[in-house]
Amino acid sequence: MHELTLAAGILEIVQHNVRPADAARVRAVRVRVGELAGVVPESLAFCFEAIVADTPYASAVLEVDRVPAEAACSECGCVTGPSGARCVCPACGAIGMRLRHGEELQVVDVELDDAMEKAS
Amino acid sequence: MSVVTIERKVLQKNDELAAANRELFARNGLLVLNIVSSPGAGKTTLLEATIEALRDKVRIAVVEGDVQTDIDAQRVAQYGVPVVQIVTNGGCHLEASLVADAVGSLDLDQVDLLLIENVGNLVCPANFDLGEALKVVVLSTTEGADKPLKYPAMFRKAGVLIVNKVDLLPYVNVDIAAIKRHAHQINPRLVIFETAATSRFGVAEWCDWLMAKLTAGHA
Repeated sequence: MHELTLAAGILEIVQHNVRPADAARVRAVRVRVGELAGVVPESLAFCFEAIVADTPYASAVLEVDRVPAEAACSECGCVTGPSGARCVCPACGAIGMRLRHGEELQVVDVELDDAMEKAS
Repeated sequence: MSVVTIERKVLQKNDELAAANRELFARNGLLVLNIVSSPGAGKTTLLEATIEALRDKVRIAVVEGDVQTDIDAQRVAQYGVPVVQIVTNGGCHLEASLVADAVGSLDLDQVDLLLIENVGNLVCPANFDLGEALKVVVLSTTEGADKPLKYPAMFRKAGVLIVNKVDLLPYVNVDIAAIKRHAHQINPRLVIFETAATSRFGVAEWCDWLMAKLTAGHA
């Protein structure tokens, strides 16, 4: 259950980037999670919901952008999603595929509700 | 609706603390290993065997990570090396901050080799850099040859694979060549050793390699 630790990390990053006065305006927090990051998106969203529940950010929903794995062969240069994360090139058989994408784990941005700003 | 762009790694804080650990270890001339595996693969026995083989040659300290109990720390302490226990109380992995706190109670000036035994888990510890020079993944033969393919992140991030419990090969339906082949398909640079830590089989080869690494780092 390291998703709980990660959810706490996400909340901390949001707290650093959104003024406390705007906390209740946070509608969505968008994160980028690579296919090979070892993170279950549903579990991460569930943990995030639990962790913001008793905070001013309780209205925030976690939105996960899944990034497919992509690897490039250092021999023949072909680019492909690695089958089962193996480093074997499906085109030329060389062992030396390098991951370009798939291990991402980033907070992308935060969506704020403007209507609430006008109301306040 | 307005958008605040953030673009920040979720684990940035851990990565920063790990970088600080790495700097501290480098300043003190320490080689630090982060030893990972599933529960019961033989991390602690391998630690005991490694300490036994190297304690007269290098100054060793150990950080033990466990979900509960200090059983492993007690085992390791019998070998006369400094041990710090981290109990995560349910936490499934060690983090850089926990290691920073733990090494605070060690006299790092008096240590050449720091062995960190992570919580038994092939998934979560892969995400958390502790500031180590090297991840060592231990896989026992009883776990099956498919594990490198099923838990690729750990094998991709490790520098060394120790295939342990090779003495059980006659009793388990596993092909050790397949273990190695799968591991190298995930990470072609993995250095692989075969051990049976309880009988100390293969431990000398691993320790020779480690000594060469230590000598190179301290030259």
